[in-house]
Amino acid sequence: MDTAVEHDTAGHAPHAEHSDLFYIKIAIFLAVVTGAEVVLSYSHIGALFLPILLVLMAVKFTTVVLYFMHLKFDSKIFSFLFWSGLFLALGVYIAFLATLKFFVK
Amino acid sequence: MAEITVPVAHAGHDTHDDHGAHYTSTGLSNNKLAMWLFLGSECLLFGGLISTYMLYRGRTSRGPRPDQTYSIPFTSVSSFVLLMSSLTMVLAVSAAKADDVRRARIWLTTTALLGATFVGGQIFEFTAFYRKGLGFTTSLFGSSFYTLTGFHGVHVSVGVVLLLSLVAMTLRGNISGDRAEVIEMIGLYWHFVDIIWIVIFTLVYLIPS
Repeated sequence: MDTAVEHDTAGHAPHAEHSDLFYIKIAIFLAVVTGAEVVLSYSHIGALFLPILLVLMAVKFTTVVLYFMHLKFDSKIFSFLFWSGLFLALGVYIAFLATLKFFVK
Repeated sequence: MAEITVPVAHAGHDTHDDHGAHYTSTGLSNNKLAMWLFLGSECLLFGGLISTYMLYRGRTSRGPRPDQTYSIPFTSVSSFVLLMSSLTMVLAVSAAKADDVRRARIWLTTTALLGATFVGGQIFEFTAFYRKGLGFTTSLFGSSFYTLTGFHGVHVSVGVVLLLSLVAMTLRGNISGDRAEVIEMIGLYWHFVDIIWIVIFTLVYLIPS
């Protein structure tokens, strides 16, 4: 992946400016993963279906956050604010669903 | 007494940079900090809505079940449209950072159009589901589905209004402060709406109940 210009400002993590081609490549990757998800939803692969689908979802989610939202190249404080909110939400709602026996077959 | 150090990015500009943005004790933009904090808190909002849907999606004493309701090919196209709007948004931010206002405006308008297409698709989908017998109060599945996807649709609609406002402001040239940062803020919100849909598309539409 090509990085065109790197700026360094005080108090910030180095901020990378990418070319349009870089973002187009990311978008193509996301479209391919979405296609794979849809194909997977029509296939019958048994127990592997759910884990693979969740991994593909996580890959798409992380790619958009890191590259389109520039979190990979931005200040760690922004990363902390976002990921802490996300993991707090995950923890709270997994506990909530477990309390209501959602994961019990 | 502890000394407070205020980072200064460019020599000779101790309070403002070239675009009028304020320097802060963290050295980061307060607007951006607030936006990330807001997005972090939005994870809790959508987490609650998604969890409620997961809990209630099998509760269909009346009306159609999820597998009798959804049209995966149609929703896949909608998802693709929203995903591509994230690309056009990031291109708008990139153009704004390069100070190319005309190109930024074109990409912002394209993003707004793609967002409006997604919302139009959602309205069409809701109408089709209603005709299949799934109303808001038909079942717990219906209530939780419409609440979750409706909340997301409202977020996209707000995003479209923000984008069109931004286009109008760039045309009139009345964006105060750092123009690229203002566009980046709206971009962060737009990408967040996209990542929430990535989760909804998988958990709600692709995983059978």
